[in-house]
Amino acid sequence: MRFDLDTYREIADSLVRNKSRSLLTGFGVFWGVFMLLFLLGGGQGLRQLMSNNFAGFATNTAVIAPSQTTKPWKGMKEGRRWSLTYTDVERLKRMIPELETVTPMVSNWGQEAVNGANTVNANIKGVYADYSKVEEPLIRYGRYINEADVAQERKVCVIGKRIYTSLFPSGGDPCGTMIKVGPVYYQVIGVDFNSGNMSINGNADEAVVVPLPVAQKIYHRGNTIDLLCTCGRSGVKMSSLEDRMRHIIAREHGFDPTDRDATFFLNTEQIFAIMDNLFTGLSFLIWLVGLGTILAGIIGVSNIMMVTVKERTTEIGIRRAIGATPSNILGQIIMESISLTMAAGSFGIVFAVLLLSLLGSIVNGRPDAVPVDFQVSFWTAVVSALLLSILGVIAGLAPASRAMAIKPVDAMRDE
Amino acid sequence: MLIELKDVNKTYDNGQPLHVLKGINLSIDSGEFVSIMGASGSGKSTLLNIIGILDNYDTGEYYIDGRLIKGLSEKQAADYRNRMIGFIFQSFNLISFKTAVENVELPLFYQGVSRSKRHELAMQYLEKLGLADWAGHYPNEMSGGQKQRVAIARALITNPKILLADEPTGALDSKTSEEVMQLLAKLNREEGVTIIVVTHESGVANCTDKIVHIKDGLIGRIEDNREHRASMFGANTIMK
Ligand SMILES: Nc1ncnc2c1ncn2[C@@H]1O[C@H](COP(=O)(O)OP(=O)(O)OP(=O)(O)O)[C@@H](O)[C@H]1O
Ligand SMILES: [Mg+2]
Repeated sequence: MRFDLDTYREIADSLVRNKSRSLLTGFGVFWGVFMLLFLLGGGQGLRQLMSNNFAGFATNTAVIAPSQTTKPWKGMKEGRRWSLTYTDVERLKRMIPELETVTPMVSNWGQEAVNGANTVNANIKGVYADYSKVEEPLIRYGRYINEADVAQERKVCVIGKRIYTSLFPSGGDPCGTMIKVGPVYYQVIGVDFNSGNMSINGNADEAVVVPLPVAQKIYHRGNTIDLLCTCGRSGVKMSSLEDRMRHIIAREHGFDPTDRDATFFLNTEQIFAIMDNLFTGLSFLIWLVGLGTILAGIIGVSNIMMVTVKERTTEIGIRRAIGATPSNILGQIIMESISLTMAAGSFGIVFAVLLLSLLGSIVNGRPDAVPVDFQVSFWTAVVSALLLSILGVIAGLAPASRAMAIKPVDAMRDE
Repeated sequence: MLIELKDVNKTYDNGQPLHVLKGINLSIDSGEFVSIMGASGSGKSTLLNIIGILDNYDTGEYYIDGRLIKGLSEKQAADYRNRMIGFIFQSFNLISFKTAVENVELPLFYQGVSRSKRHELAMQYLEKLGLADWAGHYPNEMSGGQKQRVAIARALITNPKILLADEPTGALDSKTSEEVMQLLAKLNREEGVTIIVVTHESGVANCTDKIVHIKDGLIGRIEDNREHRASMFGANTIMK
């Protein structure tokens, strides 16, 4: 196979000669490539959107909350209510060394936060400083609650993004301002912009985070806490600790250790696993649909080339009679097939990239959006182009072998 | 001998076998101008295709320039056709979507001659055949005679030893037929090209120097026609 300017001209000519046929056939390939890349990019963007909801969350976190017992135990009936206490924190820390953090939380929902004329609905969360290890804040202004705030029971708060935008509509650094939440004035010490939707005890957006002892005193919580948040040391699977934690708590609070419904146990590991499975399934589906469509397009190309070869029997016979070798003919047909596939596929790639960047700019164009990348990578595009040329060869194989079977004497026969 | 056939047999087998060539013995020397005549279905085209290595024969021997032509690979056969043999067909067999000059260039394309060189040569040959003005025209914009002259230019461009023509005038009127035959005669005379023409028309055969009659797959009479007296209508006229 020689590469002469005329080689390309011949290919272009024969594709252009049957414009509508080439277009229709190319469309199948175009659509297949477009679908595959667009779905891949879209799926990736969706995945990022979803995982943004979990942003700032340690993957090996478990949250424990009390519920009602569902089994009788040692003379006590089922249906008994119980509460977590500060001793549970110490106990879990002491008895399960694999846990890096064990931190309590008390909360009070539906408080009104006021700054001058601006008001907004807020949830008070009382936490220790180490809560930031469970749900990592995205500090925009100021700082998070620290040990000293807790020890000295300072009336300070870190506000979520929605609280901030509602109470401080003109923006700027709010640190130092006093705001009233419920019955009490707090000094704002920080703004947390973490907008993940998976937040413990309400969205971080609408939270006013205060030192735990402050909330405990103001809301008269005594020794009880609402939630226990635990983080495993790196490499520790929370699901492997679940049974031990349940046992320790059951013994302390006097209920059946096998009563799984008595304790609400949320493990982020499971949630991440579910999400992972979901997206694995989704990308399998994307590949199946995308490759299936491309394959259908390729078969279309092969079919049309077959018809073309049949129509061109005399022409090919003439070429053979005046000195074309079978490999010349083979090369010509395969090149036509590759060109058609590649041209159509390139349009598919370009169109998918354009549409994805449009989608990206729409999604990322929303105010306060966390940037999401919908675009397929450069290498994905390169690999798809390579794949297309290989598929083009495969599509050309059957028609080319048919063309090679055309004998020079066939030039003589004219039907 | 440039062309030598010894006891060449050819059988077509489509369902029932058809023995078309039944032992052809024929010698043609370099520089001869020969016509092959015979009834329809007598095997003229089959013989010409074998001589042109467009088709295979079953038994016997066929030599070009002393080289046995048998069991060639497709590539070798293509090379022989490309360099040694030029073809002229009844239906011209020009490629319809290529211009005259592109058609003429094509054999050189398969020889690997550079683009500018083959264009130059093709233009020379078109000029020689009086078609320089038609170089950019497509076959469907030309008359039969012009198309056949383009085909002749295409056959000649590789400077072949042998020119094979299967009823080259079959689709032309008598005047154009005569022009084409004059052209072939001139090529034979001035450039020494060996020409074999298959024809039905005695007028066409009369333009050649030797007439080979083929009957039922065998060579019959071989007429010496150097005097060009074979046509009952007189020398150098073709009646249709
Ligand atoms: N490819 C083929 N397969 C089967 N039979 C064939 C084939 N080509 C030719 N024949 C048969 O072989 C015989 C000789 O054919 P050929 O074309 O050589 O005749 P011809 O002398 O050229 O006739 P005409 O003057 O009509 O062109 C015919 O009977 C034809 O039907
Ligand atoms: Mg014939």
